[in-house]
Amino acid sequence: MTVRETLRFALRGIAANKLRSGLTMLGILIGVAAVILLVAVGTGSARQVSARIEALGTNTLTVQGNGVLTMPLAAALADPVLAPDVLSASPVVSAATTVTYAGTDHAVPQFVGTDAAYFAAANTPVARGAAFTADDLARARRVVVLGRTAADELFPGTDPVGREVTVGGALYTVSGVLAPRNSAAGFTDADDIAIAPVTAVRQTLTGYGPITSILVRAAGPERVDAAQAQVDAILAAKLPATGDASPYRIQNAAQLLETQSETAQTFTTLLGAVAGISLLVGGLGVTNIMLVTVTERTREIGIRKALGAPRGAIATQFLAEATMLSLLGGGLGVLVALAGSRFTIAGVQPAVVPGSIALALGVSVAIGLFFGSVPAHRAAGLRPIDALRYE
Amino acid sequence: MVAEGLGRRYGERLWALRDVSLAVPAGRFVAVMGATGSGKSTLLHCLAGLDRPTAGRVRLAGRDITRLREAALTRLRRDRVGFVFQSYNLLSTLTVAGNVLLPTRLGGPRVSGGDLEAVLGAVGLDGLGGRPVGELSGGQRQRVAVARALVTEPALLLADEPTGNLDSRATEDVLAIFDELSAAGRTIVVITHEVEVGNRASRLVRLRDGAVVADDRQDARVPA
Repeated sequence: MTVRETLRFALRGIAANKLRSGLTMLGILIGVAAVILLVAVGTGSARQVSARIEALGTNTLTVQGNGVLTMPLAAALADPVLAPDVLSASPVVSAATTVTYAGTDHAVPQFVGTDAAYFAAANTPVARGAAFTADDLARARRVVVLGRTAADELFPGTDPVGREVTVGGALYTVSGVLAPRNSAAGFTDADDIAIAPVTAVRQTLTGYGPITSILVRAAGPERVDAAQAQVDAILAAKLPATGDASPYRIQNAAQLLETQSETAQTFTTLLGAVAGISLLVGGLGVTNIMLVTVTERTREIGIRKALGAPRGAIATQFLAEATMLSLLGGGLGVLVALAGSRFTIAGVQPAVVPGSIALALGVSVAIGLFFGSVPAHRAAGLRPIDALRYE
Repeated sequence: MVAEGLGRRYGERLWALRDVSLAVPAGRFVAVMGATGSGKSTLLHCLAGLDRPTAGRVRLAGRDITRLREAALTRLRRDRVGFVFQSYNLLSTLTVAGNVLLPTRLGGPRVSGGDLEAVLGAVGLDGLGGRPVGELSGGQRQRVAVARALVTEPALLLADEPTGNLDSRATEDVLAIFDELSAAGRTIVVITHEVEVGNRASRLVRLRDGAVVADDRQDARVPA
């Protein structure tokens, strides 16, 4: 038989029992769509996490300590002699508080007190108005820069710059609004923030205790490691370790990104594996239905063999039918997955990986060949005289 | 075609054929008659290479076909043997032409459109090539089955009750085809219940309980 005739026979076989073929294809369709979509969700989630970490700036280090960090320590880290690769070191205090304007309350989860260098280090440019200055910091002026969400909540439809808000009983003047960061991974909104001079925040909100962290900005992405070593040396001298535990911790944004990427990769692989199982179940459906088809068409197989059809022709006919079933199901599965990836799933915008489409389609063809081979060989192995007697 | 000491046993003890020997020279038209269960169809299946005998052998054009491997036997059935089944065994999803051309599409010798028309004309199915076989009468289906057996121009034509479902006129048409084929040098073995068919054959073999009980050679005729 020619290839065309084989394909025509296969199509005729599929069309002969549309409902059954449709349900079998549905099994493959769901499997393929699940593989592509879940891998896309995993990839999308990984990209969001990366974007969020990159938004912080990959040339920064975060120093955290359990009640040991102080303002003079932050100033010491910016020493141009001891730490030549450090561009700036911003002290950070942070508290959750309520900001009030004209009777409207808004709970800000991150009210950050820091210095003017923070805006560049944390990659949070001011979109409207202005950031506070070194002079504001020195004089502990009560000025605040609001994140986009905080600004929208407190000043819907009006320009907040120049207006006064109440924070913990103190009046702050809004000096500017940050550019939106739009990296809403997880449950926190990176735009729901307010940033004020650390001196003012300590006066009015957090008190004069230890600071929360120090944000260190390296002079360039390639100088992060050097900066980290210098910061570590300064801190080790000023904060000697007690026992085995170091009283401080330095987090490198690049390392954080790497760890997060590995986690995301594991997550994606797991999702893909779960979807792969559903594809396998779909493949078993193909075997099942092809076994039924072979039984139903035993007499036809007998006629063909009696008339001189070689084993290979019979096996090819059923293999072609099984492969066509799973390829059609797989193709429709790709279309469903592409349509589904346009929607946000569990707060994640799926990012379709072209490789996963090729893989899923390839796997569905392989499934047709593999799961179709058992029924095809059973058909090819029938003795013509037995098959002809089959009622 | 020569069969020597053919035996076919089903299960432990049931012998459907017992020591059947039959030599049919090329160009002869042989009829096999016998009661239901006498082993006629089993004999035909063994001669066609569809079934393997338990004992004895079948030689076709000098080759012992009972010793052939399955693939070689399949090729032999396709290229050298035409078989007309008792219950037609047509594929209902195909047209008349599709059924007739099936052996050639399974890798057998290719035939031209003219050859197809000629074989359809020979069995009286002119112009019906495009019809689905489901729309045909019993007699027409039998003709399709005969045409399918003839399309590869086989040296040996085996037919199991080829006129069983035909009226007397259609029977005469089919017998006329067999006469022509026989005259053209084809070997024909036909199983039949009908005396009329037996009379037309150049030789009549009678089976009872799987064994040959009568073999009227040399143009012997059964009394009507």
